[in-house]
Amino acid sequence: MTNQSTPNTAATRNVSASAEDAPMLLRYGRMLVADKTALVAAIFLMVMVLCAILGPMLLGDLATRQNLRGRNAPPFDISRGWAFVLGGDQLGRPLLARIIVASRNTLMVAAGAVAASLVIGTGLGLIAGYSRGRMSQIIPRLADVIMSFPSLLLAVIVLFMLEPAVGNIILVLAITRIPVYLRTARAEVLEIRERMFVQAALVMGASSRRIVLRHILPVVLPTLLTIATLDFAFVMLAESSLSFLGIGIQPPEITWGLMVSQGRPYLTNAWWLSFWPGLAIILTALSLNLLSNWLRVALDPQQNWRLEARRSNDA
Amino acid sequence: MGRFIARRTVASAISLAFLVMAVFFLSRLTGDPTDLYLPLDASQEVRDNFRELNGLNDPILLQFAYYLGDMARLDFGTSLRSAEPALAVVLQAFQWTLVLALVTMAFVTVAAVILGSLAAFNVGGVLDRVATFFSLIGASAPDFWLAIVAIVIFSVNFGWLPTSGTGSIWHWILPVSVLFIRPFGLILQVVRGSMINALGSAYVKTARAKGVAPQPIIFTHALRNAMLPVVTVMGDQAAGMLNGAVIVETIFGFPGVGKLMIDSILQRDFAVILAAIMVTAVAIFIMNLLIDLAYALLDPRIRY
Repeated sequence: MTNQSTPNTAATRNVSASAEDAPMLLRYGRMLVADKTALVAAIFLMVMVLCAILGPMLLGDLATRQNLRGRNAPPFDISRGWAFVLGGDQLGRPLLARIIVASRNTLMVAAGAVAASLVIGTGLGLIAGYSRGRMSQIIPRLADVIMSFPSLLLAVIVLFMLEPAVGNIILVLAITRIPVYLRTARAEVLEIRERMFVQAALVMGASSRRIVLRHILPVVLPTLLTIATLDFAFVMLAESSLSFLGIGIQPPEITWGLMVSQGRPYLTNAWWLSFWPGLAIILTALSLNLLSNWLRVALDPQQNWRLEARRSNDA
Repeated sequence: MGRFIARRTVASAISLAFLVMAVFFLSRLTGDPTDLYLPLDASQEVRDNFRELNGLNDPILLQFAYYLGDMARLDFGTSLRSAEPALAVVLQAFQWTLVLALVTMAFVTVAAVILGSLAAFNVGGVLDRVATFFSLIGASAPDFWLAIVAIVIFSVNFGWLPTSGTGSIWHWILPVSVLFIRPFGLILQVVRGSMINALGSAYVKTARAKGVAPQPIIFTHALRNAMLPVVTVMGDQAAGMLNGAVIVETIFGFPGVGKLMIDSILQRDFAVILAAIMVTAVAIFIMNLLIDLAYALLDPRIRY
């Protein structure tokens, strides 16, 4: 960082010097506060994660209690209780409570799929990029095969062979997303392995394993984490689409995508059944997109002075 | 040039062969179609007859050998659902998807190139913010939700447009609009980024110094050089559309290849699944070839 010629003045350089003394978390916290949209997005996601963790425990009963007098109850009417503020569904269950409860499956599937594909894809990508043997030929072909295989068919195969449980949906989505990380990691490694510090480590007798894990991985990781944030939104939309088509999560489990599809027959007289869960998907995906924009700058040592400099201007 | 095309064809044919093989065996793992097509109370005799007739009794390797033999005579099998040749069924549906993809991509390209260039010319301006907004919505909104909301607003409330089906030009407006949003947002960002680069280059500064008006600078000087990455992303998006817009086609009752694919998968109409995969793969192969030719056309430095 010190010998990079960033176009900042002495004042901002002071800020980054003092920021480097602060603990990592605090430093990123400050950078987050500097970007207001990213801050709002992070807070919203935090609330969603809380909903996913606590929601089913607190509201599980409320969300499944049927009340035929409250069938398709219109929104913005709290005479039936706060949970009906977004209206009721086709069986008179409160939509707000159902959306909160459904956040667990929706987020869990996306998080599981992203984590699995990130770990597997990165691992394979590192091997494919660093080894010069046969693996470097075979692994990229594997990515091509996965990319060309129709993911809908894969979902149906898993659905019919195994059962349509949450874990299997995660498996399907994870497989289809592996090539993204694999290709990125491989491309980055191919470039980084030629750099001087890798050569130096090699000369000093470091093992391949140590070079890859200690020297190359930390350089690749920020890029991959940024992609993963973006991919989280994508996977969430993919899961919603599968559930919407009826080949994802099956009732009585709920996800936002499934709720949209269940509300579809009532479109003409009760738009809110499909509207609110869809809005939840959009807001979450939007937050992830905004956060990923921030992360791209914050994790880049050549760029993150922008966020720290802006903070010093505000102060 | 000829050698380039030949090499590409061989590579694609090999991977297509692997794909067909994988799909052939894996799709049969989803189960026996007999129960789906015969009534619940069909006798064992009828069931056996159905299996025998459709070659489902043979060992799976033998079935595959028969399939390859038929394919050598360009016979892609018969659809279980409609009893028509599978290839004819797929080509019928593919026409619809092809037209839908062409129309949508034409609108996307024109709109994204114009708006993206103008946004790049004035970074931080009104148009730039509009562009960012569209890109965020495109990346965040699920298309089934957009389709549903569009139906509620324009078909149910106002009654301007039909909810689904085909027939008149009005039927095309909603599917095209919903399909438009995501690639539009994505390509818009690519055009913008690539234009900002091009506008910062020396030859643009020269043109400005000579006193050339902004519009010719954007659309004749910078655009051509900014188009290469745009063409790449456009190709990706178009390939996705040729695979069939499953969600949009399902919601709007559009008889394209995406809807055909999901119906065939759910009904285990194996011959149609395989034919659909092959037809779309060939279409995407041809399109990728055209894109490579477009590179050479846009940038004389590129040769094959």
